[in-house]
Amino acid sequence: MNHQRSLLVVFLVSILVFLVGVGALAAPFRVAVIMPSSINDMAFSQSMYDTLVAIQNEMGEDNFQFVYSDNMYVVSDAAAAIRDYASQGYDLIIAHGSQYGSSLMEIAPDFPHTSFAWGTTVDTFVDQGINNVFAYEARSEQGGYVNGVLAARLSQTGIMGVIGPIETGDAKLYVEGFKAGVMATNSDAVVNVTWIGSFSDVALASEAAQTHINAGADVLTGTAQMVVGAIGVARQKGVLWFGTQADQTSLAPEIVVGNQIYDWTVVLKSMIDLIKEGTLGGKAYALTLANGGLKITVNDQAIVGQTINDIIEGKIDLNLGEIH
Amino acid sequence: MNQRKLWDLLPRFTPILAVLLALLVGAIMLIALGTNPWIAYEALFVGAFGSTNALADTIVKATPLLFVGLGICIAFRGGVLNIGGEGQLVAGAVAATAVALAVPTLPGWLIILVSLFAGMLAGGIWGGLAGFLKAQFHVNEILSTIMLNYIAVFGMNYLLRGPMMDPLQAKLGSFIPQTARLPRAADLPRLIPTRLHLGAAIAVVLAVAVYILLWRTTIGFRIRTVGKNMRAALGAGINVKGYMVLSLLLAGALAGLGGAVEVLGLHHRMFTDGSAFGFTGSAGFNGIVAALFGQLHPIGTIPASFLLGALLTGANKMQRVVQIPSALFGALNGLIVLLVVGSEIIRRRQARRIDREPKAVKMASKVKDE
Amino acid sequence: MIGSILIGILSSGIRLATPYLYASIGETFGQLSGVLNLGVDGIMLMGAYAAFFTVVKTGNLALGLMAAMVTGALLGLLMAFISVTMKAEQGISGIGLYLFGLGMSELLFKKTLGAVQTVNGFPALHIPGLSRIPVLGQIFFQHNLLVYIAFALVPLAWFVLNKTPFGLRLRAVGQNPQAADSLGINVNRMRYGTVILGGLLSGVAGASLSIALLNVFQQNLTNGMGFIAVALVYFGGWRPRGLLIGALLFSMVNALQLWVQVRGINIPSDFALMMPYVITILVLAAMAKRRVHAPAALNVPFERGES
Repeated sequence: MNHQRSLLVVFLVSILVFLVGVGALAAPFRVAVIMPSSINDMAFSQSMYDTLVAIQNEMGEDNFQFVYSDNMYVVSDAAAAIRDYASQGYDLIIAHGSQYGSSLMEIAPDFPHTSFAWGTTVDTFVDQGINNVFAYEARSEQGGYVNGVLAARLSQTGIMGVIGPIETGDAKLYVEGFKAGVMATNSDAVVNVTWIGSFSDVALASEAAQTHINAGADVLTGTAQMVVGAIGVARQKGVLWFGTQADQTSLAPEIVVGNQIYDWTVVLKSMIDLIKEGTLGGKAYALTLANGGLKITVNDQAIVGQTINDIIEGKIDLNLGEIH
Repeated sequence: MNQRKLWDLLPRFTPILAVLLALLVGAIMLIALGTNPWIAYEALFVGAFGSTNALADTIVKATPLLFVGLGICIAFRGGVLNIGGEGQLVAGAVAATAVALAVPTLPGWLIILVSLFAGMLAGGIWGGLAGFLKAQFHVNEILSTIMLNYIAVFGMNYLLRGPMMDPLQAKLGSFIPQTARLPRAADLPRLIPTRLHLGAAIAVVLAVAVYILLWRTTIGFRIRTVGKNMRAALGAGINVKGYMVLSLLLAGALAGLGGAVEVLGLHHRMFTDGSAFGFTGSAGFNGIVAALFGQLHPIGTIPASFLLGALLTGANKMQRVVQIPSALFGALNGLIVLLVVGSEIIRRRQARRIDREPKAVKMASKVKDE
Repeated sequence: MIGSILIGILSSGIRLATPYLYASIGETFGQLSGVLNLGVDGIMLMGAYAAFFTVVKTGNLALGLMAAMVTGALLGLLMAFISVTMKAEQGISGIGLYLFGLGMSELLFKKTLGAVQTVNGFPALHIPGLSRIPVLGQIFFQHNLLVYIAFALVPLAWFVLNKTPFGLRLRAVGQNPQAADSLGINVNRMRYGTVILGGLLSGVAGASLSIALLNVFQQNLTNGMGFIAVALVYFGGWRPRGLLIGALLFSMVNALQLWVQVRGINIPSDFALMMPYVITILVLAAMAKRRVHAPAALNVPFERGES
């Protein structure tokens, strides 16, 4: 009787372990993300949101779920949100904004079994004994350089205009890269830069674009969500635009030549794998052209779209005579 | 007789009824967005009061509202409309940060004292500047304080991405516009193991101080006289211009102190996202709302700030639980303000008969009623 | 060289001034009758959204403009109800209206349109003949329709306020509502009218951004412009001419600082950005000897029989 009973117990326990094991495997990986601007800002926040959506589509909703709080530009509110999500047991909490750093420094130690990610930055607080924070940034100067090279080649006046928010963070990196790319391609080119002091003043961004155009620029670029104003003006004046952080082509396909797109997939996937293996932080990531985190798209409609149309409509005479 | 007493009591509840009406409208909007309003409002309550952490968050949110609100009590009662809370908060915060970083070797309590004082001074200068412009050059203070808000923010941006930027940032190459972390000794002590820090207590003590100032000192009496009837004040020989400057200076000082407290108690460094709102959470404007809800009385501003803080904190929790765009809660916030202030008349009609009459008449009517 | 820079700054300034003109003129009407409306920015945002949404869905600019006007007028009506009938504290109800408009416009935008996009807004309208004048033509006569209307409103507002019985009654209501009331002027109706008008014009100010100047909508498109517009009312001393000067001064200096940055002049961008605000204060201070008095009844709800 005893023998049978213990066998039964072992059998039941193993079923339990099996179920728990399967349960653990089947439990979705849960992510919470906090962002400083809107998920449809065509810039910083949208890039992260789009990546998370793509990962969810790829992994399936049973395996990957995420929640978000956007427009969390008030840092103390964001801190409360991070803490709240952490206490609800999310596996990974992404603080997608450089202003959230000090909050993370306080909160991360209180939740040693939760993983946090902070961007854009390189600091994982490892030197302060915190081991559950990942850091990520975008080497946006790389795409900036590429945009700069193409801009210099396409510009006929040799004057380019840049519209930026404030001279910090990845905005600064992008602009430096752009300038370098332009200068390397055409050392006589001129790159004028305006910093409009805000991430959201669309009207000033548009007037800045206007000012650049008046100064002779025929190619413009800029970073952060207020550039939609500048793109509007560029479209009106037929001036070319280079975008960054997200794909801005849809705003003005006739003039948006190229974009540097932030694709956080490679970073997030690596984090997810590490977390599943038990490493909750300490690694700093960077989006680069090499690892596919930075993608360059070129929109040929903006460059040669007119020519293509003209050929299609027969406006260009391609009767080239006898070809030997 | 009992019925009449109940009816008399009803106006006291109008703010609550107004909030309920706004929440009703909010519920309709939530349903339209496909959410269960009960779940949402439960989250609102839980987020504001549902746990020690939530309560701490509410008080932490209310603290800058109280600081700004106290300043508004002085300013509005002094006849000057201070819309410059945002800039004054920023000025105080930056000054406090600069000072705290400059004297890391002093004992903690001394760093705190000096930094808070610096914050008060900076805010006072920022407010006093508007006062000076009004007194000397008749520059309307609504214009000057609004303009000064922007000037403060641009100044902050310059400092934080330049001379005051954390040297670590430049070294790492990430250029985040924030200062170095303040010396740990300068952290305001926590009242309980949550985010709740001493700043809340400081604010409450100051509320009492402002009350004493306004109603128990000659200066306060003169401030209020200038606010109520400028001509009478002039006639009584009061230096009206000087008191206008003083009112704005004090309002700025309180807001500046509030900013300093936020840095020392909560963030432990100064940062910017280009605007003031990331740091202040619009406390410069919400503080006005709190003060007006508190009937411009410093003691009344305490519960008003607390409730407003609860609303804002709870709304954030609501957003997290139902995953609806935060914009809804901003709109709801505005709606609550509109309806509460719009229903004031019902409460005021009742109170006015008693409060606004000169004391002698008041006594007479009281005797009559009994 | 200097010439083209000057032309650029002046024409930029004219464009930038447009939304301020609409909103400030509207606010002036309201304030002259005694009502302070701090919610202008919220109304601008709702008007901008309404116009933008309408143009996206119908492509009809006139319809979009009307949508903005109706939206603005309705919000003005709400403000009037709360401030005039319910005699609420005007500063705070204005802030409430601002928060409401800010949140609502963003929510509606997210839910009905979702993605940021551009529209074909009011095109540049070269005034025949005038636009060909060298220099002046480029500065003044190559803007879109809403810009022209904004500037035309200034003399119109001056005329209404100073040369019509309506304007006289309006100002009487703001200076001494008791006396106006005893003369048979319906104070509350006048205030309703001016606040609704103010809302309507603020709505148009928003539309001037979303379907004329910027051709895009985004959350918080106005970024606090409404508050500057209210501040400019004080700068202008409640006079349309003063408003025009204020709006142009502020906008021109803003355009100038952009040029300063483009030219690479070695001022930190933050100080350049400060210029419009600093200069506005300085100019107002310099005009100190011209003391202007606010409407005596500004921000005071009307109570019949109270003195």
